[in-house]
This record gives sequence, structure tokens and C-alpha cells, in this order.
Amino acid sequence: MSIKQCPGNRWTIPWKNKQQGFDVMNRRSFLRTASGALAFASGAGLLAKAGLAEEPAIKIANILDATGGLNVYSLKQIKATAMAVDDINAAGGLLGRPVEVMFYDSQSNNQLNSQYTTQALLRDKADVVLGGITSASREVMRPIVQKFKGFYIYNSLYEGGVCDFRFMCPGLVPDQQVQPLIEYVVGEKGLKRAYILAADYNYGQLTAKWMQKFIRGLGAEDVAVEFFPLDVSNFAPVLARIQDVKPDVVLSALVGDAHMSFYRQYETSIGKKSIPIASTTYGLGRENAVLSPDENEGLIVATSFFDDLGTPAASDFVSRFKAFSGEDDYVGEYAEYGYRGMMLWAEAVRKAGSVAADAVAAAVGGVSYQGAGGLYTVDPQTHHLTMDVHIASGNRSGSFDVIKSFSQRAPTDLQAVCNLIENPTDTTQYEPSL
Amino acid sequence: MITTYIYLIAYAVALLALISLGLSVIFGMMKVINLAHGEFMMLGAYACVYCSSLGLPFWASLIVATLAVGCFGLVVERLLIRHLYGRIVDTLLATWGLSLLLIGVSTAVFGPQARSMPGIPGTVAIGGTTMSVYSFVLIGVTILMMLVTWLIATRTKVGLVVRGTMQRPDIAGALGINTNLVYMGTFGFGAAAAGLAGAMLAPLTGATPLMGAAFVSKAFINVIVAGGLPLIGTSLASAMFGTVDAVISYLASSVAGEVAVLVFAVVLLRMLPQGITGRFRRGF
Amino acid sequence: MIYPVGGSFLRPGAPWWSAIVLAFVLLVLAPRGLDLALQYDLTSIFICGILALSMSFLWGGVGILSFGQTIFFGLGGYGYTILVMNTDASLMSLVLGVLVGGGMAAVLGYFMIYGRINDIYLSVVTLVVTLIFEKMVRATSGPEYVIGSVRLNGQNGIPGIPGLQLPFLTEPLSIEGVFWFAGGALLLTYCGLRLLMATRFGRILVGIRENEQRMELLGYDTRRYRLITFIISGGVAAFAGGLFAVWGSFVGPEMFNLSQASLIVIWVIVGGRTTLIGPIIGAALIQYLTKWLGTVGVGQVSTVMGAILIVFVLLFPRGLVPTLGDLLSRLRLAQVAQRSLKDAK
Repeated sequence: MSIKQCPGNRWTIPWKNKQQGFDVMNRRSFLRTASGALAFASGAGLLAKAGLAEEPAIKIANILDATGGLNVYSLKQIKATAMAVDDINAAGGLLGRPVEVMFYDSQSNNQLNSQYTTQALLRDKADVVLGGITSASREVMRPIVQKFKGFYIYNSLYEGGVCDFRFMCPGLVPDQQVQPLIEYVVGEKGLKRAYILAADYNYGQLTAKWMQKFIRGLGAEDVAVEFFPLDVSNFAPVLARIQDVKPDVVLSALVGDAHMSFYRQYETSIGKKSIPIASTTYGLGRENAVLSPDENEGLIVATSFFDDLGTPAASDFVSRFKAFSGEDDYVGEYAEYGYRGMMLWAEAVRKAGSVAADAVAAAVGGVSYQGAGGLYTVDPQTHHLTMDVHIASGNRSGSFDVIKSFSQRAPTDLQAVCNLIENPTDTTQYEPSL
Repeated sequence: MITTYIYLIAYAVALLALISLGLSVIFGMMKVINLAHGEFMMLGAYACVYCSSLGLPFWASLIVATLAVGCFGLVVERLLIRHLYGRIVDTLLATWGLSLLLIGVSTAVFGPQARSMPGIPGTVAIGGTTMSVYSFVLIGVTILMMLVTWLIATRTKVGLVVRGTMQRPDIAGALGINTNLVYMGTFGFGAAAAGLAGAMLAPLTGATPLMGAAFVSKAFINVIVAGGLPLIGTSLASAMFGTVDAVISYLASSVAGEVAVLVFAVVLLRMLPQGITGRFRRGF
Repeated sequence: MIYPVGGSFLRPGAPWWSAIVLAFVLLVLAPRGLDLALQYDLTSIFICGILALSMSFLWGGVGILSFGQTIFFGLGGYGYTILVMNTDASLMSLVLGVLVGGGMAAVLGYFMIYGRINDIYLSVVTLVVTLIFEKMVRATSGPEYVIGSVRLNGQNGIPGIPGLQLPFLTEPLSIEGVFWFAGGALLLTYCGLRLLMATRFGRILVGIRENEQRMELLGYDTRRYRLITFIISGGVAAFAGGLFAVWGSFVGPEMFNLSQASLIVIWVIVGGRTTLIGPIIGAALIQYLTKWLGTVGVGQVSTVMGAILIVFVLLFPRGLVPTLGDLLSRLRLAQVAQRSLKDAK
């Protein structure tokens, strides 16, 4: 494998280019530098084998936070994108050309997201821009991609509603995810009084509203809704309030490291055995791999991918990713988002027969890819995915067990307001009227 | 109901005092603002998690973590802080650099993911509300730590020498006291207190490279409002802020609680521009 | 060792004026030689430079270390954004944004300076106020927080701010236009503040910084001078905030946060607080370094930044520009000495 620098300060490490072929050890040494290395290009041996060595590379800009508070969500995804690129190259590249990722560390700082997006599109001539973790960073990057007529893939779960021809999101959006979760928890399990806790920003606010909507739709009751700033880590007051109210179930859309403390503090005071917890976000920050068996066991989630999904595709992805990254711990949904986003884009390029952003944007609708979490199809109307949603319950080994799967859920709510086939110039982020 | 209030207030006050003591000793005694305070806590948390993963019992892990961060503090004083005494703003920059460095190194070494450890399990039910045993342990440890600090400072020869040196280093030096050693020891003690705080937090919040950031501004404000006296000031300020935070967070929301604390801090500083204990002539 | 808090700010001479003219010429010519992405980066550096100036004017000028220039930076940004998205009058909004920041500085400054809050306590009050703003803005994610037609959007900030529309131009400023505008703004702000420091008013500020009590005994109302400086500095920071919103088309609560607040202090310390030009250079260096480090694969960028800061404060405690200035004048002295030695021979 070779590590190349970004254009602009282009220098290569000569002794890394000399090697022919590669083995597991080489992959590992590559990934040790990967947490910060600039560009991931597949090794010369691999490219030679695929007959790609001579062609100019297709350039992918990946702008994610390797440094700073959000890197829990990014680090595995950075590697998963690199792995996807490697797989594409091994299978003969794209349109007969090799693919290369340029990585920019946005350091959890939106100002850098803005500068790197501009640099990637104008100076480094990226064919596609990936990245951004928060909605704030996405909304910083999206107008720039619009302005310079690029194509942007946002590999993240978010509050939904973005209707943009030059944009694609392979992650879950609330109506897709919340409805199955509430149907299971409130409908099937009959837990009729729900206490909602959510992170205090757009995602949390909207998810809480979706939760209320579906809960009320089933004739159940949302007894309280509370929002927490992302840096709150002392949950003693809310634990006392929950005990005052005595709900049947606690629904959580809490996000980030500080909020992870909630699950710890909950287990040492109330306990899931007396009042269960269901969550839309648990596991995204790989909470399940960090918390103790007691804290993880029985927590109900709705997700599009987790390691122990049990399908051959999922197990294959997990074992290949572990070999590629040299890391043996839980892989998780965000890594898989990175892989699926890249593969869907590759499919769109093949369909368009070109890497030009306009052609890819026009071709991406309807493209599908059989991935680790099931079949993913890009909905042509919204550029979001139709995918399987799995209800699962945390187990004692730091992962989840499937309870049931909801097949091929479309982003129906967004479809009601967004139609990129008829109106490709739309760039609005719609808010659901709840 | 009333027990819930008492519990929440005691817990919030203890938490605040716990995370502030190290900073307040270093600021109050040495006039050094240690922006790496949060990262000292983070190191304490990691040390505690590490010891506990080796199979050490909780209390032993706590003690090892405290001592380890204390030693680290000694090294930092010797290599960095020593060159910057009397330059309050430069120490700010240097310790901010140290804080970034420690965050970066610990992310590279431990990874970004939180590390957990078990605390002391069990719950207590009082008046219909279940509370974790660990929160009472935290309150107890905080009281113990304050008590020990107070005893060392006021009832031992070492404490006398340290307080004397901080007030008049020149005279202390003339009396044959090795002031360098005193400074180093005081900084080490402050670091150890931060380490203990981090270790106590580890079972609650887990150890992550960025955990310090969430606490440092709270501790900082607490210490400044406390004024010159590290122990009395910190206790009083923690008592006030903790009460405001707990009551408002319980009645309204966490945001309201935090904003109320900050507004209260500004009002206090307006009325007492030197901090609560700024006018106190004596005490510790 | 005790280092001076600020410089003496004498009336600038011909070399200074020629440097300013040269800078203006360079600014006008620059876009011909630079690609758009670089212009975009440089514009952000210009804006950080203005922000750094607001701090160094206050600190180096009158000796107030405010940890909360971000209050005004953020208010300027949010003020501009909310006004421009409601009224579409962008230049007007930029001016009003500055007034919002200056107004807040007047209120806060009056409260602190006339309340005799000094030194580190003043720094902390400003820090606390900026944290209050951050928390409050972060708490506005709900749809009920709307000013006019603009949703405050809490944590996520406000994206998609329209560009700056200058009078007599048909289109909003392009990347190149904003480059010129921000560059011009930086130069003008710098010249304005530098010349102000050379006036009678500036001399009084330096006097207050050196010995407030003596100035009071001489009959100056030092509180008034300190307050005026605080307001000017707040206005300049708010101007930087407005320009930041123009540049990036987004504002967010992180404009108020602790790391942004410390960053400004760092710029000033790195560049050297005894000059006004130093902090601009400090801001440029740190900003450029942060961005560059993110693209060269150093692993954790904060490790490198932290190490640089520590080495810096140990080796160049006075800041870059004063240290270099010293070096130059020492070299010149050595030359003069050598020459006179030769003459003597």
C-alpha cells in the first residue's frame, strides 16, 4: 500500500511504492498511519494486477474529524472508505481508472469543513466529496458543493429532510427508524407510557417529535420530553424525575460521549429491568462496545446495520474490515455507512459511464447495492436510501441480537415533500410538519 | 421529596468541589492557572480504568491513580511550570498547549472510544427514589479529601511551611526553606487532587481523551469566584453553585441549571470583585 | 523577568507608511496570482487577523485581558446574520452588527469597569459571559426560537447566509470580492487602531496601562478611557464576526466557545502583544498551521499544536514579532559597532 500526500503538497514515500503485492502485515503498517494519513491509494501491486497502474486516478475527497470530539464517529468510517476504495480497485477500478482517497482532517471544526471543501473542489479537483458528521458541518459543506457544482455524499444518520440533487445520504432518517422502533416497543410490547430523552439539537428535537407522533398514533402517552446539551454528563436530576413519573419505557435519542454516562447512571439507580430503554442512537457512537454487559443487556435499538446481524454478508463485511483495519473491536454502523456510501457512488458512476458530478447526480437515483445490512436502493425522488431496518436488543457480549427486521423501509416522509426528478434545482432542507 | 432535594444538592456540591479542589490549590497557592486541569483528571480516569482492568480492587485503583497523576504533576512542574512563575498569562498558554498535547497523545494511545470500569454497585431506596450507592461514595470521598487537605494545611508543619512560602517566598527562602521543592510539591498535590477527581468520575462518565473539557470551565469559574482561599473558598462556592444547579436542573432543565449557575457567578463577581474569600484576612 | 504588557506606539514614520501602501498594492494584485481556494483561506486569515487586532488593541493598548472577545465576535456574526436574512440589506446589517457588538461591550464594560472588577477577575467575567451566550445559543434548537423569519437553530447554527451586497454592484461579492473586502478591512482596521494609539488618546491609554493610579492622580478619568477602549475593541471584534458570517455563509454557537476564546489569546501571545501587527501574524500562523496539519497526516493534530505552543512559550515568551524585532535591532547594533570599530582602526 502506498500513502500519498494531498495534491498541493505532493510527495510520495518512495520505499512504500516499491513493494509488489501486499500481505496482512503491510495492510497493518498502512493503517497505523491511517488515523491521520492523507491519501489512501491502493498499492502499486494491486493496481498493476488490475491493470490500472497507468490511468489517471479518480479522486475522492473525504473530509472527516480524525481529531476532536466527534472522532468516535469518524475514525472507523475513514478506514471503511479506504477499504471500499481498495475493493473497487481490486475489482478493476472504475471505468478502467484507479480510485484514490484524499483525506482531510476537519478536526471537529466547521470552519475547516468549509475550507477543505473549497480546496477539494477547486484546487485538488475531487470528483466527489464525502464527509461531515454533524448536521452543522453538512450544512456548511452542502452550499459549497452546490456552488462549485460537485457531488456530495453525507455518510451519517441525521434529522432528515435534505432535498438536494447534488447530495446523497446513505444513513437512516427519523421516520424510517422511529416508526419501527415505536411499533415494536409501544405496539408489540405494550409499553404505553414513554419518557423521552433527547440530545438538544435539531436531530434530537425532531426525533423526539417523531417519537411523540408515533406514540400518540398508537394511542399511547408520552409523559415527558427532555433535551440535554451535548456536554451534560450528570444525569442525577433526570433520574430522580423519571422515578417520580414512573413511565413504562424510557426512549433515548442521546448523542455522544458525555451522554453515554446516562446509561451507566441509569443502570446503577433505576435499572433496565424495572423500566426498559429503547433508543435510536445507542450503538452509533459504539456505546455497546464500551459499556458493561449489565448496561448493554436488553437495550432496544432500531438500526440498519450492526456486527452480529447474522447474515453472511454482515459477517463477511465485519471479518474483512477487521482484517483490513487490524483492529479487532466492534465495527458498527458508521463504518458500514462509509463503505456503503462509496459502493453506491461507484454503482452510480458505472451507470452514468462518467465521474462528472452532473452525470453521477443524474444517475444515482435508482442505483442499488447488496450490502452488509441488506439491499440498499437510492430513492430517485429524494437521494436517500430505501433499506432494511432491524430491531435488536443489546446482549452481554457487547453487541446486539436481532429481534425482528422491517424490510425495505423508504424515506416516506421526505418523499411527500421532495421530488428531485421533477424539481432537480431544489436544495431545501424540509422540516416535517408534525 | 425533601430527601430527593438533599440528595441532589449534596451530590452536585460534592461533584463540583471534587473537580475544583486541584485547580483551586494550584491557583490559590501559586497563582498559576492550570488549563490542563481537565486533562490531569482525564489521566486519573485512565489510570484508574487501567488498574481496575488489571484486576485491582476499586479503592486500590483510586489510590494508584491519585499517586500516578501526582507524580506526573511533579514532572510537569519541573519541566514546564517552573520556567513560568509570575507570568500568569504565559502559564495559561503553556498549560493550554499541554492540554492539547495530552488530548492528542491519549487519543493516539488509548483511542477515541471511552473506557469503562465498574464502580461500587448497588442502590439505596430512600423515600421512593432509588439512588446509586456510588453517588454516596463520591460524596464521602469528597468530604474526606477536603478534610485531609485542611488537616495538612493547618495542622502539620508541612502545611505551615507551604502557606508561609506562598505568602512570602523571599522570607521563606531566607529562613532556609527550599522554595523550589515547596512549589513542586504544591503543584504535585494539586495534580493528585485532579487525578483523584478523574478516577472518581471514571465509573460515572468513563475515561475519554476529551472528558476534561466538559469540566474545566466549571472548575475554573468555581475557583475564581471562590477567591484567594483554596479550601474555604472552594467549599463555599461549590455549595452555592451546586445548590443552584441541582435545584434548577431538577425543577426546570439541565440547560436552565447551567445558565443559572453562570449568571449567578457573574452577579457574585459584580458584588465581590475579588471572589467570595477575597476580603478574608485569614484561613485556608 | 518581567516583560512589557504593551508597546509604546509612537507616531509611525515613512517606512511604516510605505509598508502600508505596499500592502494595499499587494492586496489589489493578489487575486491574479492565487487560486480561489487559497483566496478563500487567506480571507479567513484576514478575518482572524481583525479579531486578533481587537484583542491586542485592548490588551496591548490599555492592559485589559478580556477572555471574551468571542462575545462580540459571536454577536457580530449572529447580529449580521439575523438582520441580513430578515432585511436583505447586507451592508447595513454589517454596520448594525458592529453596533450590536459595541452596544454589548458598552453594557458589559460599564458593569465591569465601573464595578472595579480588575485583572484576572475581569478576564473570568468575560469568559463566563461568553459561555453563557454559548449555552443559550445552543439551547435554541427548538422551532420556537425564531427572530423575524430566521430560526436560531441552536447547536447547528445558521447556514446559507446570503453574500454581501455592496452598493453600486449588481451581484453579491464573489470569493475574490470578499477577499478584497476583508483584506481592505484588515488593513484599514490596523491603520486606524495604530494611528489612534499615536494620538493623545492613545498616549493616555498607554499611561493607564503602565500606571493607572498615577493617571488618575493626574486628573484623568481612567474608567472612562478604559470603557471607550473596551467598546471600540468590542466593535472591531463584532466586525470580524460579521465578516466571518459573510465569508463562510454560516454562524454557529462555537463562535462563542472556550476554545475559540482561548485561540484569540493564543494568537496574540504567539504574535507578540507589544505590537499591533504581531497578533495578526500570530493569527495567520496558527490558522494556517491548523489547516495544513489536517492535510499532512500527522495523526492527532492537537498533539502537534500542543507541542508547538509549549515550545513557543518557553523559547519566545515575548511573542514572535517583538523577538524578531529585537534580533534585527541587535544585528543592526552589531553592524554599527563593527563599522565604528573599523573606522576607529
